[in-house]
Amino acid sequence: MGLHLLEVKSLVGHLIGWNTDPSSDLDVESRIIEKLHIGGIEIWISETVVNTWIIMAALILIALIFRIKMKNYKYKPEGSQNVIELIIEFMDSFVKSAMSEKYAYFGNWFFGVFALILVSNLSGLLGFRPPTADLCTTAAITLTTFVLIHFMGIWTGKGSYFKGYLEPIPVLLPINIISELATPISLSFRLFGNILGGMIIMGMVYMALGNLPSILKIFNIGVPAALHLYFDVFAGCIQTVIFVMLSMTFIKDKIAD
Amino acid sequence: MEGLDPRAFVLGCSAIGAGLAMIAGIGPGIGQGFAAGKGAEAVGRQPEARGTITSTMLLGCAVAESTGIYGLVVAMILLFANPLVGKIAG
Repeated sequence: MGLHLLEVKSLVGHLIGWNTDPSSDLDVESRIIEKLHIGGIEIWISETVVNTWIIMAALILIALIFRIKMKNYKYKPEGSQNVIELIIEFMDSFVKSAMSEKYAYFGNWFFGVFALILVSNLSGLLGFRPPTADLCTTAAITLTTFVLIHFMGIWTGKGSYFKGYLEPIPVLLPINIISELATPISLSFRLFGNILGGMIIMGMVYMALGNLPSILKIFNIGVPAALHLYFDVFAGCIQTVIFVMLSMTFIKDKIAD
Repeated sequence: MEGLDPRAFVLGCSAIGAGLAMIAGIGPGIGQGFAAGKGAEAVGRQPEARGTITSTMLLGCAVAESTGIYGLVVAMILLFANPLVGKIAG
């Protein structure tokens, strides 16, 4: 299984056109593939950007396929309808338990976030550099949560939102503002640090396995697969659930009811 | 200190600093273990509330993990994107 994964990794690398030689040095930063000059501004197209495009294209394609299939769906589910209903019902109950019945429409937004983060985290299994192992991606996703938190706070609370910064006593205003700014930072760094940490440990393991003496080559079988299972599948799924759950909890906290 | 390459000195100290930054991992380890133990206790007392207990525990664990992640990020910056090497004059 371990050797198999290595082969898949280099195969995907060849298909996409860049080198993912597993025996090469550990590279942590996402590579710059192209530098565009548009109107005097330099735009860097990095590995993260390209991988995000590939994931977005795959997700949009899957969504379109199921949208077309949805026309044939009946009251009694069969085939792919079972899977879709399972996913939608999971997301619905997740949002309803974390927020409330009234704000169930947030499920539409958070399902998109959930799918993007989950597929990004799992893309490490196919030899991609996970886009979530780049602070830019996680910061962008967190920024949307940050906007939603304060938009919902102002929209539902009006004056009481601003009054909340002066509680319990007005002297604490700077501390309240700092704690509001700390929310997106901790949210984005948590996802980024977890995925990047897993990626670096996997890179080190591949480096170590590449340099084993021939008598210990037996460790190449199974060891990377088990570690991928933990760092990519388990940590990736848990961090996705935690990111979405914390986002919903923060938004719910700001909503004045 | 004569003949010591300043770059090597800064890089060596950065590696030690990265190791020291990872001491931050002790805190979340203890905290998450405590949370998981309490979660197991709660499931033992009320097995029917298993789902709620698990999600609450994971949420608490995630928040407790932040400090450890900050330490990890500092260690990563020191190892892979060292800002101090650029400050060496000459």
